Amino acid sequence: MLDIKNLHAAVEGNAILKGINLTVKPGEVHAIMGPNGSGKSSLASVLAGRESYEVTEGSVDFLGKDLLDMSPEVRAREGLFLAFQYPVEIPGVSNINFLKTAVNEIRAYHGQPPMQAKAFLDMLKSKQKLMEFDANLMNRSLNEGFSGGEKKRNDVFQMAMLEPKLAIMDETDSGLDIDALRIVSAGVNKLRSKDNAFIIITHYQRLLEYIVPDFVHVLYNGRIVKSGTKELALELEEKGYDWLKEDIRLEEPVQ
Amino acid sequence: MSAEQDILQELAGREYEFGFETQIEMDIAAPGLNEDTIRFISAKKEEPEWLLEWRLKGFQLFQKLTMPNWQNFKLPEVDFQGVSYYAAPKNKVKYNSLDEVDPELLRTFEKLGIPLEEQKMLSGVAVDAVFDSISVATTFKAQLHELGIIFCSFGEAVQEYPELVKKYLGTVVPQSDNIYAALNSAVFSDGSFVYIPKGVRCPMELSTYFRINAKNTGQFERTLIIADDNSYVSYLEGCTAPMRDENQLHAAVVELIAMDHAEIKYSTVQNWYPGDKDGKGGIYNFVTKRGICKGKNSKISWTQVETGSAITWKYPGVILQGDNSIGEFYSVAVTANKQVADTGTKMVHIGKNTKSRIISKGISAGHGHNTYRGLVKVGPNATNARNFTQCDSLLIGDRCGAHTFPYIESKNNTAMVEHEATTSKIGEDQVFYLNQRGIDNEQAVNMIVNGYAKEVLNQLPMEFAVEAQKLLSITLEGSVG
Repeated sequence: MLDIKNLHAAVEGNAILKGINLTVKPGEVHAIMGPNGSGKSSLASVLAGRESYEVTEGSVDFLGKDLLDMSPEVRAREGLFLAFQYPVEIPGVSNINFLKTAVNEIRAYHGQPPMQAKAFLDMLKSKQKLMEFDANLMNRSLNEGFSGGEKKRNDVFQMAMLEPKLAIMDETDSGLDIDALRIVSAGVNKLRSKDNAFIIITHYQRLLEYIVPDFVHVLYNGRIVKSGTKELALELEEKGYDWLKEDIRLEEPVQ
Repeated sequence: MSAEQDILQELAGREYEFGFETQIEMDIAAPGLNEDTIRFISAKKEEPEWLLEWRLKGFQLFQKLTMPNWQNFKLPEVDFQGVSYYAAPKNKVKYNSLDEVDPELLRTFEKLGIPLEEQKMLSGVAVDAVFDSISVATTFKAQLHELGIIFCSFGEAVQEYPELVKKYLGTVVPQSDNIYAALNSAVFSDGSFVYIPKGVRCPMELSTYFRINAKNTGQFERTLIIADDNSYVSYLEGCTAPMRDENQLHAAVVELIAMDHAEIKYSTVQNWYPGDKDGKGGIYNFVTKRGICKGKNSKISWTQVETGSAITWKYPGVILQGDNSIGEFYSVAVTANKQVADTGTKMVHIGKNTKSRIISKGISAGHGHNTYRGLVKVGPNATNARNFTQCDSLLIGDRCGAHTFPYIESKNNTAMVEHEATTSKIGEDQVFYLNQRGIDNEQAVNMIVNGYAKEVLNQLPMEFAVEAQKLLSITLEGSVG
C-alpha cells in the first residue's frame, strides 16, 4: 500500500528526514516511536504534503501511484488521512458542513455523486455511535473552543467518516485522558480491516496496549534505526532511547 | 507559499462578472456643474419650486465646503466639471407599466439576476430598479399599496407625496453634513422612497437595485425610509456597474427614520465595479447613510457586505434619540487587488438606555487596504447607554493592510462602552487542515472566509445571504494566504 524508499526531506534547508525506508501493507498497523525531534511528525507532514517540507531525495509509492507528485488534497482523496498532532480551529465553519464538503469532495474525485442529505445524516449517526462521539460537537464550529481531547476525538471521528485507506495518527494519544484514550483506541480498532492500514506515531507504549501494532519502528535522527514487533515498544518503555543512541553512535562514522 | 501566490495571482486576474454595458439610447446632460445643471435636472423631473430651492441651497453649500482630509487613503482628484449629472434612458421619464419599459433595459436587469416581471420574481421581494439617473420599475406596488405602504422611486414620491418628502428630506443627513452630501442634495437624480404606516409590518423585503450604465456619469441617488409607530420594514439594496477605465463617482445619501417601537433593517450588498487588478477604473463609492431612532424603543439595523468599488468611503450610523432605542451595524468589507475601504459606523447615544452593537469584519487580500473607523458618542443625558464593538480584520497574503480607528466620546458616567478587536491571517495551517480532508485551496479559503463573516451574513435576509456568500467567494477567488 505504502512504499517509502530512501526518503530525505528538509525544512528551510535543514535536513530532517535522512533516508527513511518503510513498507506498509493493507491490514497492518505500524507504530513509530522515537525521542523528541527525531522526525516522527515530520514524516507525517511529508506524507500528507505539507508545503514547508521539501523532499530532497527518495520516493513514496501509495497504492501504485507517486504520492509525492500529488497535491495535499489529492493525497487525501486517494485515501491518505492524517490525524493531526494539533488540530486547528476554524471559527464559523460548522463541523457538519465541513464534513459534508470533505465527504463530497472525495466522492467527486472518485466520480461519485454528492451524498444525499438523508444518507449523509444516517452515516453520521452510525459513525457517531461507533466512535462514541458526542453529537453536540457536530453542530459547533470546527474545533472552535474544543478541549484538546475533543479536538483529537473530532479528528478520529473524521477518520471514521472519510474511511481512508491509510491513516497516520500523529500523537493522537497526547492530551487524551485515560477514558478518552480507551474510547479512541476502541474506535480505531473497530475501523481496522484487512483493507486499510495505520501508522501510529506515539511517545508512549500505553497506546499500543490498546491498539496492538504489527510492527514497531524507532525513528532517530531522521532514520529508522530499529524495527521489531510490539515487544520492542515494551523494551523502549523499560530502557528509554539512550541504549539505542549508544548503538547508533557506535555504528555511525564520526562526522 | 507558492500555492498561496498562485491563488493570489488568480484572484487578481479575475474578471468582474457584471461589467457589460447596455446599448440603449440615452438622454444625457452635458458634463458640468452649475446652477443651470441643477435647474435642468429639476425641470426634467418636473419638480416643485421648493425642491429646486432646496437643491440650489445644497449647491451653495457644496461650493463652500471643503474636502475632508482625515481619511486613511489618498483622496483622488475628482473633476466635478467633467461629470455628467443626468443620464436617463430616452423616451420615457415615467413608466406606467412594465410593458412601456424598453425590453433592452428589462434584459439588462434580467442579466443581473433581477427579473422585474413580477411572476418571475423571488416571491416576497419587491424591487425598485434604478438605471443611471432613473427608476425603471417598481414591482409589487399595488399589493403594498393595499397595506398603505408606499414604495416608489424618489421622483414619484416628490410628485405623489410631496408633504411626506418635504417633512423628512434632509432631516437626518443635513445638506451641510459633508461635501458629498451637499453635492447629492444639489444633483440627486432618483432613488427609492418608503413609508410604512403605523402598525404595519411590511410583509415582503423591499429592495432597490442600482445600476450605473452610462459612461462619464455619476450616480447620485437618495433613499428615504420612514417607519411610523409600531411598524417594521426590511430593505435591501444591491448595485453593479460596467467595467470602465475611468473612475465613476457614486455619492448617495440614505436617510432612515424610525418612530416609536418601529424597526428598520437596512441591508446593502455592494458590488460596484472595483477596477482592474492594477487599480485602473472602478467606482468611487462615497456615501452618507444615517438613521435616526426618533421614537422610543425603536431599532435601526445596518448590515453591509461591501465587495466592490475602487474606494468605499462610508459610515452608516444611527442617532439613538428615543429612549431604549437600539442601533446595530454589521459589516463585511472586502478589499482585493488595489481596492480601498474606509468604512465603519457612528452610533450617537442621546436617549436613555440606548444600546448599540457594532460587528465589523474586514477582509484584505492582494494589495487591498481595509480601514475600520467608528465613533461611539454618548451624550450627557444618555443614562445607561451601552455599546459593544467587535472589530475583526482578516489578512490574506502579505501585501495587504488592515487599520482600525475606533473613537469613543462619553459624557455620561453610567455608560458602558466595550471594544474588542482582533487581527488574524488566514493560516497556512487552516488551509492545510482542510486540504488534508480533500478540500482544495479555493474552497478552503471560501470556507474560512465565510466562517469568519458568518455573524454578519446571518443578519441578511435568507436569499441575499446566499448571494452574499457567493459574492464573497467570487471576490476572493484564488486569494489564499
